[in-house]
Amino acid sequence: MREVAFDDVVNAVKNMIKTTATNLPEDTLKALEDAYEYEKSEVAKEVIKQLLENAKIAREEERPLCQDTGLAVFFVNVGEDVKVVGGTLKDAINKGTELGYTEGYLRASTCNCFSRANLKDEIGYNLPAVIHFDLVEGDKIEIEYAAKGGGSENVSRAKVLPPAAGKPGIIEFVKEVISDAGGNPCPPITVGVGIGGTFEKACISSKHALFRDVGTTNPNPELNELEQEILEEVNKLGIGAMGMGGTKTALAVHIEANPCHIASLPVSVNVQCHSSRHMHITI
Amino acid sequence: MATYHLTTPLSEEDVRQLKAGDVVYLSGVLYTARDAAHKRLVDLIEKGEELPFDLEGSVIYFVGPTPPKPGDPIGSAGPTTSYRMDSYSPTMLKHGSRGMIGKGKRNQAVKDACKEYGGVYFGATGGAGALLGKRIKSAEVIAYPELGPEAIRRLEVEEFPVTVINDTHGGDLYQMGREQFEVKS
Repeated sequence: MREVAFDDVVNAVKNMIKTTATNLPEDTLKALEDAYEYEKSEVAKEVIKQLLENAKIAREEERPLCQDTGLAVFFVNVGEDVKVVGGTLKDAINKGTELGYTEGYLRASTCNCFSRANLKDEIGYNLPAVIHFDLVEGDKIEIEYAAKGGGSENVSRAKVLPPAAGKPGIIEFVKEVISDAGGNPCPPITVGVGIGGTFEKACISSKHALFRDVGTTNPNPELNELEQEILEEVNKLGIGAMGMGGTKTALAVHIEANPCHIASLPVSVNVQCHSSRHMHITI
Repeated sequence: MATYHLTTPLSEEDVRQLKAGDVVYLSGVLYTARDAAHKRLVDLIEKGEELPFDLEGSVIYFVGPTPPKPGDPIGSAGPTTSYRMDSYSPTMLKHGSRGMIGKGKRNQAVKDACKEYGGVYFGATGGAGALLGKRIKSAEVIAYPELGPEAIRRLEVEEFPVTVINDTHGGDLYQMGREQFEVKS
């Protein structure tokens, strides 16, 4: 059994958080540069230009890209032949999160869901992190991280369609969610779509779809085709950057699909703003 | 589409000339407030009590910044989604406020209040927090420090870039822009 020190996990998580808060990942940057070329609206082009300039300032001056530095969301694949010594893996991820958010001068955005009181003193700075664990073969720990802002999360939605709705029903539902959202989720967005599984499996898949590098090709040809079809439909909506009208509402559509019950067709749409701050590491 | 350079406090004349889609560079003072602070301000107005700042001609910025790094006045400071302030904004405009800065669409009551009282809803680029934070020259918490990022701050800004979304004539850039680029199937 391979052993990994608690503090090594803490430091790795902390560094991921600090890095992504000020450095827009290359894939997102490239997608925004492409969007600038593609966009036909002068107003929307100006918005994208500001976003590119913002990314440059953030990187050079180590300032957070956005004041909404998100809730910290993790997908963690734990090998069955590795264990953390000196504490639990979950505690290490939470401690790394707290240190990353405090040392990086990031915002503490978690609050009590009823009183709305900030929980930074009660639970910890921007804690708890949202962590999805899975067990895999091997002796490595793979940690995927994204900072998830509130504006794009607020427009996300899930629905269980009747199986007869099929792909046309899925496309209609995604269009409806994005159309209703307008400029609120800070377009140009990435659209994460989870299809199949159970209700919660679809939701988690739609979240995980957003961890993929923006605009990379889906290795499954059927899903790749559906992604391109939905992307084209969404970009016909005319919403544009920050909702000011334009031809580039979405940078990409990412789909994850799962086998599902013979009676259901769950679909979840999770939206990511233009500032797709994500990273993954293997320990 | 015109470009203006305006200094706060804004007069009724300042805002009545603006049209949806115009670009405005604001200088002077902005006051920050999100949902929690708006609730308190509107409560004070309804009770007829004194507010922590003068509403006349004021521009309210919907923002909850990141903490400043040592030596900086403020951290990253881009707009938050505005609809959460929809139930409070008409009261603010009725009592003299002239402008709001946020992102995302407003309801009809806010648009109507803009026309009736002479107010404008500006959009700033969401997610451009580093760029916008640099246009803020000073920041001071003037009320409700216990609200943390949601406390009311007095910001001094220079050439703060915004776009007119809802003007005093019923114009709505979100609607106009989308109609222009929507491809109907």
